[in-house]
Amino acid sequence: MTGPSEATGPSTRHAYRDELVRLMAADPGLLCLDSDTGLFSGIDFGDAAARYLDVGIAEHTLMGVAAGLAAGGWTPFVNTMATFAATRALEAVKIDIAYNALPVRIVATHGGVSAGHLGPTHHALEDLAVMRALPGVTVVVPVDARSTESVIRQLASLPGPAYVRLGRKPTPPLDGVPLPVLGRVQPLRAGRQVVLVACGPLPTRAAVAAAELLAGDGLDVGVLHAHTLAPFDTATLVGAVGDAELVVTVEEHWRTGGLGSVVAEALCELAPRRLARVAVADRFVDTVGSQEQILERHHVSPTGVAGRVRAELGLAADRGPSHAASHRKEIHP
Amino acid sequence: MSVEARALAQRVREHVVDVCATVEGGHLGGSLSCVDILAVLYGAVLRVDPDRPDDPGRDVFLLSKGHAAIALYATLAERGFLPRGELAGYGVLGSRLTGHPVRAVPGVELPTGSLGHGLALGLGLALAARLDGRSGRVVVLLGDGELQEGSCWEAATVAAAHGADRLVAVVDRNDLQQTGPTARHAPPELLADRWRASGWAVREVDGHDHAALLDVLGGAPWEPGRPSVVIARTVKGHGLPFVAGRTHSHYATLSPRQHAKARRALDDFHAGRRP
Repeated sequence: MTGPSEATGPSTRHAYRDELVRLMAADPGLLCLDSDTGLFSGIDFGDAAARYLDVGIAEHTLMGVAAGLAAGGWTPFVNTMATFAATRALEAVKIDIAYNALPVRIVATHGGVSAGHLGPTHHALEDLAVMRALPGVTVVVPVDARSTESVIRQLASLPGPAYVRLGRKPTPPLDGVPLPVLGRVQPLRAGRQVVLVACGPLPTRAAVAAAELLAGDGLDVGVLHAHTLAPFDTATLVGAVGDAELVVTVEEHWRTGGLGSVVAEALCELAPRRLARVAVADRFVDTVGSQEQILERHHVSPTGVAGRVRAELGLAADRGPSHAASHRKEIHP
Repeated sequence: MSVEARALAQRVREHVVDVCATVEGGHLGGSLSCVDILAVLYGAVLRVDPDRPDDPGRDVFLLSKGHAAIALYATLAERGFLPRGELAGYGVLGSRLTGHPVRAVPGVELPTGSLGHGLALGLGLALAARLDGRSGRVVVLLGDGELQEGSCWEAATVAAAHGADRLVAVVDRNDLQQTGPTARHAPPELLADRWRASGWAVREVDGHDHAALLDVLGGAPWEPGRPSVVIARTVKGHGLPFVAGRTHSHYATLSPRQHAKARRALDDFHAGRRP
């Protein structure tokens, strides 16, 4: 049932949990609001214990209470699963939190298909599209545990609302990469012919690995890491894209509305050129598989991304399986 | 009975009728049904000060049934939060008086309008006060139709679980909603039991009896560690005999003739003259 796991290092959600406990000890204005997630079971908040509140299985109330607490002067970190935040409780997020521009940090675990075999009711393949549509909400997808800690620290002082998408299982670290700066696209690799833009742990690692594979073909491929979807750093994107003939986005999200759409919007307005989106096809994923297996099936993998680039450039896929036909089927369903 | 609250209620009813005669019209019935509740709250119960709207020790009021905005605006105007003259601009381009309350209006704590949000918001504010060691109460006015939204009961359950006794809910039980009686969707006679079963302390009063309202609202919370709910029996369109208790009172854009008739009816009502 589960595929080969690269499970090393802490999960992003545990890294967040531990960082939040440290921050709450230092900052008496921070709150942790839970909804029976279990993430904080057994955690000793020490002197901050009164600032941990669990509302139970009640996501709409979770968001409304968070808004009320924030309006009352507190800074709540709010915990639920990504799909519950983005769809089940969306109206409360939209009207009570976003409309009032309150400093609520929604930390949403089980983003993308990290819930794997648990099925579509627990997948969040729409959350980035939904959350970035709300004016004033910062939307960020940390790439590993270390980045998560940094993002959470930066969010503690952000004046407005934020949505942070985390995973479920241990996340391999993305080595040699500086800590993220909220709101800034992060160049990972220089390259002028093709530029890959990725967000999320597995897609970003796939993009980095794909660039290596393609370099072996003699292609000059750059990689941008777009952890913050909103506000989006169009300046860095446009500067990095330069004269590249092709931009390819890579994400753990439906093709509609996520990173691919963000980049499409920016390029169309500012630097039009050919774009290809590598993402989960726009349908519900109800076949059993781990996160890695599901993403592999949707070509969100090193060979999948490399194959897509070759197909778009019309190159022979002699370095690996050809995905040209299936890619074209994805593009033109 | 507080003379001040009675006079306040009269003036608010007149404003409601006047505003419903402006170009956009308004939610006439549901605004009139809660005027006495608002008058007692703002006239005698809530610790609020228009000159210190951000006073951390204040009581907070949330109009969860946000479509009664006109009644709230009129009450806030009479209490000095905004100029009375501003009411005539309701719904007109450039006015800050939107059809459902927004924060831009002085005295409005949080925007409402989509039913079913106010109780969770109020709970959050009550918990914020408790964490701060502040003593202010949070009063949330809900509609009885609004209670068809499950989010209300979800918030009520959480509030009781957290012993939020600074939270006071008031239900404007006028037994009507936009398309007819609420009884078609939920039996009104079960309302008190539903709240009790959710862990709340419950009182039922005549929602147009100022003395009774003052007694229960002034005395809340009645049980330590338990949030309180006042189920106020009201009449939709109260004060205007030709619409009182009628479904079509829900929304009205009064013509000049209807406006004049309504003002005369209010004069009679306030003078105790029965039609």
